[in-house]
Amino acid sequence: MAKYDTPMLDELEKGPWPSFVTEIKKAAKTNKMSDDELGQLEKSFQTKRGYWKHGGIVGVLGYGSGVIGRYSSLPEEFPGVAHFHTYRINQPSGFFYTSAALKEICDIWDKYGSGLTNMHGSTGDLVLLGTTTEALEPLFAEYSSRGWDLGGSGSAMRTPSCCVGMARCEWANIDAMGICNHMTQHFQDELHRPAFPYKFKIKVSGCACDCVAAIARADLSIIGTWKGNIRIDQAEVKKYADGGMDIQSEIIDMCPTDCMSYDGGEIKINDVQCSRCMHCIAKMTKALRQGEEKGATVLVGSKAPIVVGSLISWVLVPFIKCDDEDFEKLTELTENIIEWWDDNAKPRERLGELIEVKGMRPLLEAVGVDPQPQQVREPRKDPFFFWADSDFEK
Amino acid sequence: MSLPERQTDVGPPHFEKFLPPVIKNNYGKWKYHEVLSPGTMVHVAESGDELYTVRVASPRILATETIREVCDLAEKYCDGHLRFTTRNNIELLISDKAKLDPCVAELKEKGYMIGGIGPRISNVIHTQGWVHCHSACTDASGIVKAMMDELHEYFTTKELPNKVRLAVACCVNMCGAVHVSDIAVVAVHRKVPTIDDENVGKMCEIPTTVGSCPTSAIRPNPKTKSVSINEEKCMYCGNCFTVCPPIDIHRPEDDGVAIVVGGKIGSLRTSPKFSKLAIPFFYNEPPRWPKVVDAIKNIIDVYAANAKKHERVGEWIERVGWEDFFKLTGIEFTFQHIDDFTFMRDTLRTSAAFKY
Repeated sequence: MAKYDTPMLDELEKGPWPSFVTEIKKAAKTNKMSDDELGQLEKSFQTKRGYWKHGGIVGVLGYGSGVIGRYSSLPEEFPGVAHFHTYRINQPSGFFYTSAALKEICDIWDKYGSGLTNMHGSTGDLVLLGTTTEALEPLFAEYSSRGWDLGGSGSAMRTPSCCVGMARCEWANIDAMGICNHMTQHFQDELHRPAFPYKFKIKVSGCACDCVAAIARADLSIIGTWKGNIRIDQAEVKKYADGGMDIQSEIIDMCPTDCMSYDGGEIKINDVQCSRCMHCIAKMTKALRQGEEKGATVLVGSKAPIVVGSLISWVLVPFIKCDDEDFEKLTELTENIIEWWDDNAKPRERLGELIEVKGMRPLLEAVGVDPQPQQVREPRKDPFFFWADSDFEK
Repeated sequence: MSLPERQTDVGPPHFEKFLPPVIKNNYGKWKYHEVLSPGTMVHVAESGDELYTVRVASPRILATETIREVCDLAEKYCDGHLRFTTRNNIELLISDKAKLDPCVAELKEKGYMIGGIGPRISNVIHTQGWVHCHSACTDASGIVKAMMDELHEYFTTKELPNKVRLAVACCVNMCGAVHVSDIAVVAVHRKVPTIDDENVGKMCEIPTTVGSCPTSAIRPNPKTKSVSINEEKCMYCGNCFTVCPPIDIHRPEDDGVAIVVGGKIGSLRTSPKFSKLAIPFFYNEPPRWPKVVDAIKNIIDVYAANAKKHERVGEWIERVGWEDFFKLTGIEFTFQHIDDFTFMRDTLRTSAAFKY
């Protein structure tokens, strides 16, 4: 094919880092949509502006989300991308695949779409980039019949996402993939049929390293933690020292709560003071392991800047057990949080923004969680506070 | 040709279908891992079983042809098992140690870049940009490519004091992790949008449009059956454009990108932090944004030379102070650096103790 000269984009095929231009060109060899994508993108690079219109309402029967309408503003010039919709496939938790499964996804996509993908989108979906309105129903029949459902979009539950968790990480305090899959299945209706004030994101990380950025990119952030003493293998401590680690400066002096000491032979930890930040464990993974009572901290409200500034999630429940038999408790808590938000939020108001307007108290009361010092960095400074009738009964 | 019967609300396939036997057998029972090289590691289970991982860079936009090629490699070395990371790297999952070196060798021979593990720069989280978004005021993939061509040695070999997480967002909607990254690029507008009154009346919901503005700059205009914008209040976020397309925020000649620094997600040592403004503006200079790349390289060089081992960019800056950050990097401090948005009162200095 190669209908277009692309001098600007060709520059981005040079250099050692893998090139997205090369990927688009690969698809464009046999796919007219990708070829026009290439042409339009070159024009964007020449003129420093995009040529995509706002998404229209497209989708598959019975669903309100999962497909994002995308149309070129230059359909005569680039007819192959006149329609160039995004089809979001809900990824398996932890982004695990077999080659057979991925090849099957590719075969179907080559038949109906551009042959271009995002592995993966920012929220977590396997994103198929660019198809026509007519192809949507056939795509859905092909994928759903093979067990691949659509992800979320619009004012709906968005596709939950998680870190690799217990599948391949010794730091996982919770079964992040199990929880993510359970939540995704539990909220299928909310995911596919937008009925919320705005988007609602759930992310699950196995520990405070937070590889899926749950604390910053999810309305509901579930982050694994533990209670009890850090388990120390002093023989392994010695091996780290023998291997050249400066335990005093790299571990002890960097402990944020000053709860560790090292006498040149053994590490001692005053676990009562430990805030479970993960620094020492992450640096000395053979010598230090989390305590044995595992669970999660549930935080709420994080989001990007739109509308009133970016937020990092706030602690709602300091500790909740998350074993298999506790999954239902976690989904019930989630339902209660969503119900409070859905009942109170204005259109396009995220959970964090609603909490800023209403305060944390109504949410805590709605989900039945007591006030605890773990929920604040510090108490309020000004002597303005509300008293509810119930407070006088105490 | 008839189509298979569609199913609804089946959700994603259960991940168990895709796990290699070594993971199924040791799920939740991993004991430790060791980084063998910048792109390979081994996880060892309580049982003594081992799982080897090879991490491969990806441009995130992948053609099906490339996915098939990676799948072929997974079949050759990993019994078909592979995964992707939360930062869009590809990971080949090898159960048989003997296959690790041949796999790495073939990946290298085919031109794949292996790395990203440990105190380095992993793949860049980024958005769609001009490739596929209506709201983009820069191209995310283009900046990432230009940036990583310059920084790729920090993926493949070189170490830094700690990991440096990079991100690029093509508008302030930030469908990437820009607000919590060590160093990130975010595209910004700088001029008040224009209003196509006739189409606003036809296409937009006025209360939604008014409500979309974070600074209350938009008011209904009954005369035109449209809205008006108070130019003194507008901070050019473009959220009005998102809800009402006839309000046009794009100005190709005035749009560009800002650089923010010091964000982090993990709770290790210090609490998660927002990224803060380092450089308020660069013009878009496709295809390679040379000034943006140079500025990022400079920040990384200064961080590498000054931070203590294990300090993230934000932790280093907080230790030395922002006044030192500007001095050491030579970045000019401007009016744009002083916050006048919602969280201003937390950002102004309330002490007479500071450095020069």
